[in-house]
This record gives sequence, C-alpha cells and structure tokens, in this order.
Amino acid sequence: MVFKRPDGRAYDEIRPIKAEVGVVGRADGSAMFQIGKTVAYAAVYGPRSLYPKFLQNPKKGLLRCYYTMLPFSSKGERVKPGPSRRSAEIGLVTEKALTPAIDLTRYPNAVIDVFIELPQTDAGTRCAGITAAAMALADAGIVMYDLVSSVAVGYVNGNLIADLIYDEEAYPGEVADIPTAYMPRYDRFSLLQMDGRISSDQLKKALELAKKVCLKIYDVQKKALKRKYQKYKLMEHMEG
Amino acid sequence: MGKILVKDKSIVVPGEVVAEGRDFIVGPGVRREGNQIVASRIGLIHFEGRLVRLIALSGRYIPRKDDVIIGKIKEILVSGWLVDTESAYPAMLNIRDAVSEYVAKGSDLAKYFDINDYVVCKIINVTPQMLVDVTTKGPGLKKLVGGRIIKVNPNKVPRVIGKKGSMLGMIKQATECNIIVGQNGVIWIKSSDPKMELIAVKAIKKVEEESHVPGLTEKIHTFLEKETNKKIKLQVG
Repeated sequence: MVFKRPDGRAYDEIRPIKAEVGVVGRADGSAMFQIGKTVAYAAVYGPRSLYPKFLQNPKKGLLRCYYTMLPFSSKGERVKPGPSRRSAEIGLVTEKALTPAIDLTRYPNAVIDVFIELPQTDAGTRCAGITAAAMALADAGIVMYDLVSSVAVGYVNGNLIADLIYDEEAYPGEVADIPTAYMPRYDRFSLLQMDGRISSDQLKKALELAKKVCLKIYDVQKKALKRKYQKYKLMEHMEG
Repeated sequence: MGKILVKDKSIVVPGEVVAEGRDFIVGPGVRREGNQIVASRIGLIHFEGRLVRLIALSGRYIPRKDDVIIGKIKEILVSGWLVDTESAYPAMLNIRDAVSEYVAKGSDLAKYFDINDYVVCKIINVTPQMLVDVTTKGPGLKKLVGGRIIKVNPNKVPRVIGKKGSMLGMIKQATECNIIVGQNGVIWIKSSDPKMELIAVKAIKKVEEESHVPGLTEKIHTFLEKETNKKIKLQVG
C-alpha cells in the first residue's frame, strides 16, 4: 500500500539537521544536535574520579550516560521529570552504543559522564542523543576510535523509510521502527533495536538505508566539530 | 614515502585518517591501524618530517611525567599526602619526597602540609595504571602561602607561558606579581598590591580566551600598559 509521509518527505529523506559543538560552558565537552523537531543537548564531564570506589575498574574507565526528557518536550502527555524505566533503558543503550567508539583503557579507575537532555522531541530521541553525545565526547578530548552517528529507519505499511517522526511511529498500520547507531570508519553498527515485525530481507535493506543516512549525519558532525576548532588553526603553538 | 591525506596544521576529528604508509612515526594523539595513521582525538595535526603528532585543544589535564603542577592537599595518609591534581587521578606525595628532616613514625604530618594547602610539585612518575607520584624537593617546588589561585584550561597553559616564557615574563614585569603556572592549569598569583593581582588575573584570562588571536603578545602588552599606567619594555624573542 502506498504511504505518503505526513511531512511530505521522500522515503529515504531525513529531516533538516543542525549541529553545534561547545554549547555548555562549564562542561568538558558539549554539543547540540537537532533533527526536525527533535533537539538533543549532550554534556560530557570527565574523565574524573569515580566513587563509590567499588565501581572503579583498574583496567578501564567507565562510561555513564543519562537521558532526560524535559516535562513538556513531547507532543503527548507531560513527561514526569526524574528517572524512569524508559530513561534508564535509553541511558543504558546509549552507553552500549557509544562504548565501542571510546578507548576506555586510557582512563583506568575513572568515569566519563554523559548527560543528554531533550528540550523538544518528535521521535528519534535516542538517536539524536547518541549523535550529540558522540560530538560532545570528541569535544571533551576523549580518545576515540571513531564518531558514532545514529538514525532510526523503519517500515510503514511495507515502505522503507528513514528517520521516522512521531506520526509515523504511531501510524495505525503495520509499523516497524529500528533505531540504529553506526560507526562509519569501521562500517559497524553499535546499536540495533526493533519494534514491530519485519522479514530478515527487509531488515537487511533497512540497515543499508541506515548506513547511507548515517554517513550524511556523520558529515554534519564532522563539520560542526571542525567549525568550533577552526579558529585555533591560526594559533602559533609553543612548547611550555 | 607514504601519502599525507590532510593538510598540515589542520583540525582533525577522532577516527579521521590523516596519512597512509608504513614509514610514518606515530606521535601523541594518533595511532596506527594497519597501513593507516588515524587521529585518536580532536586537535591540530602536525607533520614534522616522518613524525605525525596531534596537539590536543580540549580535554582535562592528564598527569605526565616531569610536569610541574600546582596541587591541593586532599588527604593526609600514613606515609605522605594525597594531592588533587585537577585531573581524574590524585597524586601521592611521599614524606621522603617532601621533607628532608627525620620524621618520626606516627607524627602529625599536618605541620608540613595541611589539608587544603596548595603545593608546587613535580610529577616524578606515572604508572600505566595512572598512579601518580609527586615531589616537592627541587628548585621552585614548595608550599604556597598567601596569594590567590585561578584555574585556566590546561591546553592553554603553553600560551599563558609564551615562547621561552615571554608572555608570563611580561605579565610578571608589568604587575610585579609572583606568578607560578602549573601544567595542570592551576595558577598562583601573589603580590603586596591586590590591585596588581587583579590585573594579572585579567591579563591571564584574556590570554586564555584569545589564545588563537595572532599578535596576542602586543595586545596583552597594550592592555597591561593601560591598566598599570606604566611603560613596559616589550621583550623581543
């Protein structure tokens, strides 16, 4: 069945994106990522000492991610502030999506804290959060293997689409929603979740589309990072 | 000879391939992956002959051997002190590395360094597990008494010091302050005139904020002359 996207986008088209690095003054690294109406802010603190002490690992550091939606950020009901089952889960998958990109062995016994805040949402929040967090981590000077770019792909009534919005997720038909995170340099996915039912062939196609879209996001991430540091090109560096 | 893929002195992001070939020497901030040289973090890439290195522009201080830092006494232990280094890793200051006289077992170490005291110390060792040892024995290493402490981004410290200490020398000369800059971004300023201390703080903050501006030395020179109302000789160096 033919499905027309509510905002008139092409099937493989993502919403307009915007990225900025260094938006939180007191943080060691920070970034903003906007995709359509979804806005994510990420702030990184650390590496810093980790307490309670039993959490410390002398072989590698710990990455902790916190995900928060502001109370009136979404279209639906007011989100109750504070931790919830949902935010705990998303914090956890964010950690798992970002960990393969970071060289945590450089930071034994320490912790890197990532705070993701969503002032405005229209689906795809975990993906926007991961994308912003990857930029913020790079901004904080963390030793990384690669950046992580993230997007959701899915099927609505059998049509493969990229970057679902809320009205598509909630479409009264057959919907499959697949949030993914992708490390472009290694051509690997670090996040793969799924809601709904699709065939394995469809999944493969969806992942191909996700890769294509993530590369576009990766480009924007790279540009945003370079934009912040461009001015230092002029700096004559001197040794202490 | 290998191939250089990005411009010298350009900004690279983690995971960016900067060069290809076996004959490059891997410096700090980059790593080798097979045939490729890859940036590990964000920064300014430098090619110096076969050496590829990356200058970090952001991030917290990471303790390094032979750095002179300003630390804060955090805790008094049985055989020394725990020093906060403004990084993820506290440093250990052993009695042996701090006091020359004989210290009887069980005596009160607070009479040498008390909690919350600031000390200028030198990092003598950093293990791969990031256990840090410091010493206060050596020229210029001491406990800091009086004055004020400010903190700057540790990546901007070379700029605050300047080429052969030119920037710091100028600020010292103009404000007649005692200034000690730690590699961890902690700076101690002391003068008999608090007004001069404030001018020094302002000047250092200016250097930190405008570290990328060309001709910064002249700019700070004008700033200092205006603030202190006196002629300062500009060192050529």
